[in-house]
Amino acid sequence: MSDLNFFFEVLIGGLLSGVMYSLVALGFVLIYKASGVFNFAQGSMVLFAALTFVGIMEQGIPFWPALVVALVVMMVLAVGIERVVLRPLVNQPQISLFMATIGLSYLLEGLGQGLWGTQVRALDLGIEDMPNETIQTMLGIQVSTFDIFSAISAALLVGLLALFFNKTRVGLALRAVADDHQAALAVGIPLQHVWAIVWAAAGLVALVAGLLWGSRLGVQFSLSLVALKALPVLILGGFTSIAGAIVGGLIIGASEKLAEVYIGTFTGGAVAAVENWFPYMLALVFLLVRPQGLFGDKIIERV
Amino acid sequence: MKKSVLASLAIGAGLLAGASSPSPVMAQAMEQFMPIPIYRTGPYAAGGTGYFGGFMDYMAMVNARDNGVNGVKMIWEECETAYDNARGVECYERLKGKGPTGAAMFHPLSTGITYSTFEKGTADKVPVVSMGYGRGDAMVGSVFPYTFPLVTTYWSQNTAKIKFIGMKEGGMDKLKGKKLVNVYHDSAYGKETIDILNKQAAMYGFEIKHFPVAHPGLDQKAIWLQIKQFAPDWVILRGWGVMNPTAIKEAARIGFPREKMLGVWWSGSEEDMRPAGTAAKGFYAAGFHPAGKNFPVLKDIEKFVQSKGKGNIEAERMGTIYYNRGVVTGIISLEAIRTAQEKFGKKPLTGEQVQWGLEHLNLTAARIKALGGEGLVQPIKTSCNDHEGGGAVKFQQWDGEKWTVVSDWIDADKSLVRPLAEESAAKYAKEKGITPRDCSKEM
Amino acid sequence: MLYREAGQFKTSYQKDQAIFPIRQDRIAVWALLLAVFIAVPLLADDYWLGSIITPLLVLSLAAIGLNILTGYAGQLSLGTAGFMAVGAFAAYNLNIRVPELPLIVDFLLAGVFAAMVGMVFGLPSLRIKGFYLAVATLAAQFFIEWVFTHVGWFTNYSSSGVISAPPMHILGMTIDTAVEKYLLTLSVVAVLALGAKNMVRSRIGRSWMAVRDKDISAEVIGIPLLSTKLSAFGISSFYCGVAGALWTYCYLGTVEPAAFDLNRSFQVLFMIIIGGVGSILGSFLGAGFIVLLPILLNNIAAMIGHGTLQADTMANLEHIIFGGLIIFFLIVEPHGLARLWQIAKEKLRLWPFPY
Repeated sequence: MSDLNFFFEVLIGGLLSGVMYSLVALGFVLIYKASGVFNFAQGSMVLFAALTFVGIMEQGIPFWPALVVALVVMMVLAVGIERVVLRPLVNQPQISLFMATIGLSYLLEGLGQGLWGTQVRALDLGIEDMPNETIQTMLGIQVSTFDIFSAISAALLVGLLALFFNKTRVGLALRAVADDHQAALAVGIPLQHVWAIVWAAAGLVALVAGLLWGSRLGVQFSLSLVALKALPVLILGGFTSIAGAIVGGLIIGASEKLAEVYIGTFTGGAVAAVENWFPYMLALVFLLVRPQGLFGDKIIERV
Repeated sequence: MKKSVLASLAIGAGLLAGASSPSPVMAQAMEQFMPIPIYRTGPYAAGGTGYFGGFMDYMAMVNARDNGVNGVKMIWEECETAYDNARGVECYERLKGKGPTGAAMFHPLSTGITYSTFEKGTADKVPVVSMGYGRGDAMVGSVFPYTFPLVTTYWSQNTAKIKFIGMKEGGMDKLKGKKLVNVYHDSAYGKETIDILNKQAAMYGFEIKHFPVAHPGLDQKAIWLQIKQFAPDWVILRGWGVMNPTAIKEAARIGFPREKMLGVWWSGSEEDMRPAGTAAKGFYAAGFHPAGKNFPVLKDIEKFVQSKGKGNIEAERMGTIYYNRGVVTGIISLEAIRTAQEKFGKKPLTGEQVQWGLEHLNLTAARIKALGGEGLVQPIKTSCNDHEGGGAVKFQQWDGEKWTVVSDWIDADKSLVRPLAEESAAKYAKEKGITPRDCSKEM
Repeated sequence: MLYREAGQFKTSYQKDQAIFPIRQDRIAVWALLLAVFIAVPLLADDYWLGSIITPLLVLSLAAIGLNILTGYAGQLSLGTAGFMAVGAFAAYNLNIRVPELPLIVDFLLAGVFAAMVGMVFGLPSLRIKGFYLAVATLAAQFFIEWVFTHVGWFTNYSSSGVISAPPMHILGMTIDTAVEKYLLTLSVVAVLALGAKNMVRSRIGRSWMAVRDKDISAEVIGIPLLSTKLSAFGISSFYCGVAGALWTYCYLGTVEPAAFDLNRSFQVLFMIIIGGVGSILGSFLGAGFIVLLPILLNNIAAMIGHGTLQADTMANLEHIIFGGLIIFFLIVEPHGLARLWQIAKEKLRLWPFPY
């Protein structure tokens, strides 16, 4: 197999991994945009969603109803979080809200595992995680069917969210809140409702991410760690941009794979396993040029 | 601003009241205490609950069936470590003095906690038993008197793995020119075998390439694409937790045959295979004990413990790899206590006395049969200088549903492992200023 | 009644600038110091000293470090454990490579190394702010962890990449019992905490706070941003580095780089937020809360759930309660335990005649 083909395989593999990271990053962006909360519990929400879904399936309920029930659970959770955690903390400094979401992540991890058990579960969506033969014969490179499926799912989800944000009344309210909390309140937009809706949307994203990641890794505690993969995507793309989450994910995914393969090769394997820090460094260097990320809102400071 | 200590003491006083209030287990005298530093939460909870579930079930069974070890009942107390070093140390300190005579021994079930407790164990005279994990060089008993990597270490099982690959290839001489890959968890645990693999590569003339996987290993595409480029004959997997199913799936995606993949025992549990689904079919794993429920000792546990609703774990997890590992731990630990009782009397023993038992363990095939563990446990004989004892492993293959044993006990290459261990132990002793005890004088 | 400052007049600048301007406070602090140096070692057993109080003190020190950076200078950091690791590995390498150096010098130099690394990773703070910076400090965390895992020189080519603290000697004394380790830790922490308390009241501390409150305004009134931010990163990392060295030498003994993982960073961040952002006292209170609460919960769980199938539920319940309490405290008192302490003191001043 030629070097060029190999390069493309790494590149495409990386891009598709990036889509998976974007999925998780999307949840962060949604919540940050609407409420200014850096929701550290997003990873735990992914875990909780997947655990709930698998737990319900284990009760003998078929796929689609289980999906609906899991979605309802995530929405109830979102409303609950808004009521119990966010509402009393309105107007507190961002760091307090950030901390509260860390507390929330403990709570969700305990709750999810307490309800459904700590065992590792398989989740089969019925899509093969094997090289797609059509692509292999056409282009001569191996791309997994599952990766393509998740890329399509992500695209659908983003499309759906874009429609929701841009074409509905609620979406308009969401954008107003994202723009300026107080101005939105002043024109009579109920902040609480909007927050509940945003958290519910983040719950939906968490469920989709949980299903896709869960079917790859198995539904287990480590699912909550996918958040760490999403953070560099977030800073690269900007905290407030959905498009940023997608483009950031693609850049991070591709560059981290290329770095892992080619840095390793050039240094004779002396420098390896860079995947944990390389994306962060990349994002850091990028931030030095553009402190608000790729598509983030420009920070304008007045004294 | 140093007032805070006062405040923390105030909180502490409340805690102390909680911690030292007499729990029911401390009342009587004919009891032997066993600490259970379990982890029921966190990424590795499946391992923690399975292993200690089996261990506690075995002790409960011995209590119910034989009224304890020679009339001394086993008692235990859990402490949640969450697989965190600092919490593990706290658990060790909390539990080491419990029971009438203190802890008999300490099973950290984490390489990190083993590292953080074995020196404390030596100082406190509490044996730290790291069965199938921990540091490989601790088998040198003269330098590590209170550390017992019983049954088999990473180093020993690694030589057995190469032997197994040799068998599959049709002889050790056939290894020449073969290409092997070692995919390891990028941590102290994962790195343990790099040196010994390099030595063996030079010895048998195969080529070895090491690929570290950064923790937790959620996405390994880059590594497996490189492996595909390298096109190895065999892949050795030293994973932990979520890294395992991910690695197997990635192997499937690049079309690497799972029948050419070989895992360490922390890559070889049902929990590691199941999430990988059909992709895991054909995967081999080393194990110092097989899975399955068809052993007399498990039937006794079923009869005396689980069927009475007194189990420490869900009944359906009986017979899994982790559970059986806990049972094996129970058999060996209690046998060590029994051995020590022969010398010190049939009463609760201190850690120091149990250390003698661990060092004079002689688990023969006949004895194993009497204990109901035939085929589950391998014969073990320890001595003052040999804290490992067995060293053999069996290989099992995943058929998509369960593990099937595919080899007999394969012995480790002790002639290779032992000098390496001694070299490493000597280096440790020098760094620490320890004078090794003279084992020829101790019997 | 007893806690009243009536009749205590500040007749000199020196008195006006004292750390504890109220006489009762000074007496309390001296009493406390006596208690922790003399009474605690006599009363507490090895378990309490070795596995609860010592790590608590070490983590308090790390929390002071983070508090300097986050609480006083306003730069959110998630790289605390990374800087602790630098300190730990530096102390180890100094100890085995330059055995002539006294242990305390090793610790201080370990802090200096950590400070240098901290300043390098602090450079981006000049351009990046808020959560962007927090995530950027994660780069430091992961990169440092990676370096210590991969560069054999740092671990003296140990095959598994762990370091093991050599025996400690100070002025010919060997430090190996829990009491001795406690006293060593306590002395270091007490001196450094006093230093921190003074630092935040001095010019440098005030310029940190000016930068925290509004960096542009601070620049306008003549505070150099570069040196102020970098000094915050440096001094903060110095504290974390010393804490890392103590963590290895006085607590764990043998560590692998994974002992300084991201969870440790979060743990320290918890401490300052629960304890009080921008408060030295809060660092201690927060450390007490975060260290003791899980142990307390676990002890309760052990009493209730012993040997039953409910143990699983109990373990998860601990998680839920821990998370819940964090949220609860944030809602009840967003400024942390230190603020509660302050309120109590205000009340006490007026008691029993609040009007």
